[in-house]
Amino acid sequence: MKKRVASVLLAAIFVASIFIFAGCSSSGSKSDVIKVGFIGPTTGDAAIYGTSARDGAMLAVAEINAAGGVNGKQLELIAYDSKGDQTEAINAYNRLRDQDGVVAVIGGTLSGETLAMKDIMVQDNMPVLSPTATAVDVTVDAPNIFRVCFLDSYQGAAAANFSADTLGAKTAALLIGTGNPYSEGVSAAYQTAFVAKGGTIVGSESYGTTDKDFSAQLTKIKEMNPEVIFVPDYVQTVGPILQKAKEMGITSTFIGADGWDGVQVDYAAAAQGNYFTNHYAADSPSATVQNFIKAYNTKYTKVPNSFSALGYDAAYVMAQAIKTAGSTESAAIITALAATDYSGVTGNLKFDANGDPKDKEVTIIKIDGGQLKFVTTVVNK
Amino acid sequence: MNLFLQQVINGLNVGSIYALIAIGYTMVYGIIKLINFAHGEIMMFGAYFAFIAATSFQMPVWAILLLVMTIMAIIGVAIEFVAYRPLRNAPRLSALITAIGVSLFLQNLALLIFKPEPKIMPKLFPEMTFSVGGIDISSTTLIIIGLSLVFMVLLDLYIRKTKQGRAMRAVSEDKDAAILMGVNVNRTISLTFALGSALGALGGILYSVAYIQIYPTMGVMPGLKAFIAAVLGGIGIVPGAMLGGFIIGMVETLTKAYLSTTWADAIVFGILIIVLLFKPTGILGKNTREKV
Repeated sequence: MKKRVASVLLAAIFVASIFIFAGCSSSGSKSDVIKVGFIGPTTGDAAIYGTSARDGAMLAVAEINAAGGVNGKQLELIAYDSKGDQTEAINAYNRLRDQDGVVAVIGGTLSGETLAMKDIMVQDNMPVLSPTATAVDVTVDAPNIFRVCFLDSYQGAAAANFSADTLGAKTAALLIGTGNPYSEGVSAAYQTAFVAKGGTIVGSESYGTTDKDFSAQLTKIKEMNPEVIFVPDYVQTVGPILQKAKEMGITSTFIGADGWDGVQVDYAAAAQGNYFTNHYAADSPSATVQNFIKAYNTKYTKVPNSFSALGYDAAYVMAQAIKTAGSTESAAIITALAATDYSGVTGNLKFDANGDPKDKEVTIIKIDGGQLKFVTTVVNK
Repeated sequence: MNLFLQQVINGLNVGSIYALIAIGYTMVYGIIKLINFAHGEIMMFGAYFAFIAATSFQMPVWAILLLVMTIMAIIGVAIEFVAYRPLRNAPRLSALITAIGVSLFLQNLALLIFKPEPKIMPKLFPEMTFSVGGIDISSTTLIIIGLSLVFMVLLDLYIRKTKQGRAMRAVSEDKDAAILMGVNVNRTISLTFALGSALGALGGILYSVAYIQIYPTMGVMPGLKAFIAAVLGGIGIVPGAMLGGFIIGMVETLTKAYLSTTWADAIVFGILIIVLLFKPTGILGKNTREKV
């Protein structure tokens, strides 16, 4: 008897679910809005990156809608939290595709989550534009995946060129987060480019992703006494490293990558006088940049970071592609994305055959008195 | 040689914090045979309260330590009263599962109250660097090691010399006999939780001063390592926890310095397995025959 009740219930659930999903997909195609998904961590350790990119994209969508929308329809950005977790990201993507019926996706925000979703996205031939995933593999063998930011390898080389050319450094040490593809990728490119410039890598130390104690590694690096120390990681890790280095009296210049953005908020004193590569500079004189900063500040009463800027550009590029395509068909949007020529907050954007930005400029920022100061731009040739 | 001594000091710094936290595990295990997995969260809340006291109320350091250790002692007693006391006569597994539940509850409570973004602990101690024979020691390191040692010695004296300390040892040795001798078991257990939690809170404050970030899951890793330290030294034995803490801190730092940073955690957890296989009673533990 119990078994029969259970099987009847199960059958009922199956039938109900068919109606639920059928209902969803039909409502998606009939409505007068174009739905675009967003995936990124809005809670958890990497929350600052997801929320910033999402807020940037939200601002762009609001501006686009205020200016009349795309092809006479309003854009709707549906944002889901990946929590920085690969499984959560895949679930979020499935939900966007099946329940919400989005026509394109902006995301993922982190490299790891984007790589996790890549295979399904390629299978679905979903138009995808990641604002901030910098790992090389994200766009490889994926004609439907594009990104706004430059690659880990590209900015690693830019940081090395800056260290050697502008700072005149001859010796460098690396501090690498093992198990973190971002940190490993940028470091590898830095090492290659720095050696190519005639510099010497005097030492390479590493730490695990959950490590909080860096005293052993920094003690060894201090002994090597390099001119620059390259630490490409996110603020949550870099902050304590810089703090400890200052406590230990290390005087070498620290160089970082775009994960450093925001380090001036909580770690101003420890980060003083160090440099990092970034996507844009808030004190740039460009009108596009200044208008973006003003609008962002009005909407969120916050100063945007580079993730917000990339999210903002991503939403504009995607909207432009949908407009050019003139339809919401995947293939048409992908063709339009590939032909992008857009000048945004983070510089000029054209895609190469992989879907990566071509010859994008890398901005070098100095942390000075708790402020981010524009130093120069570097284009690797 | 200087480099080695520098790394030893780094190891003592981490080790003294592990030792403080390990004491809480070992005291509670010694008295009610419960591994209090919520202890790492006591440490985390201690750090948060210290952060609030330091930033919102600008209290002096001694007041922060005193206040936060008192608050956490009370919370520790409250946790025991609410979550563990009703299970005093239940199977030990039930209490253990409850402890894990309390740990998750406190973590999520902190997530709800304080949000996931890490808070930055202000500098509580004056910052100076002393150079002794080519070795640089920061004042923070000295104070962390010093404070830990002082409180550990005080605790040891308390347990060995006072009447309440004797009651604790009695309950830990044989609860029923202690009741017959007129020891108030409930009060003694509460006292144990209070002392263990106060030291855990101190560990949390020192940890957040050393590593500057405070976040809801900060207690998990140091909690686990302190637990290993307690097992290594001999769980239930207070000097063993101190010894174990220093050994674990030293092993971790020296592994990072001379072997491999990726292996540091694996080696620390490997120690737990080896101890459990070959000397489950720990370094200072004596093999006692199971009473039938």
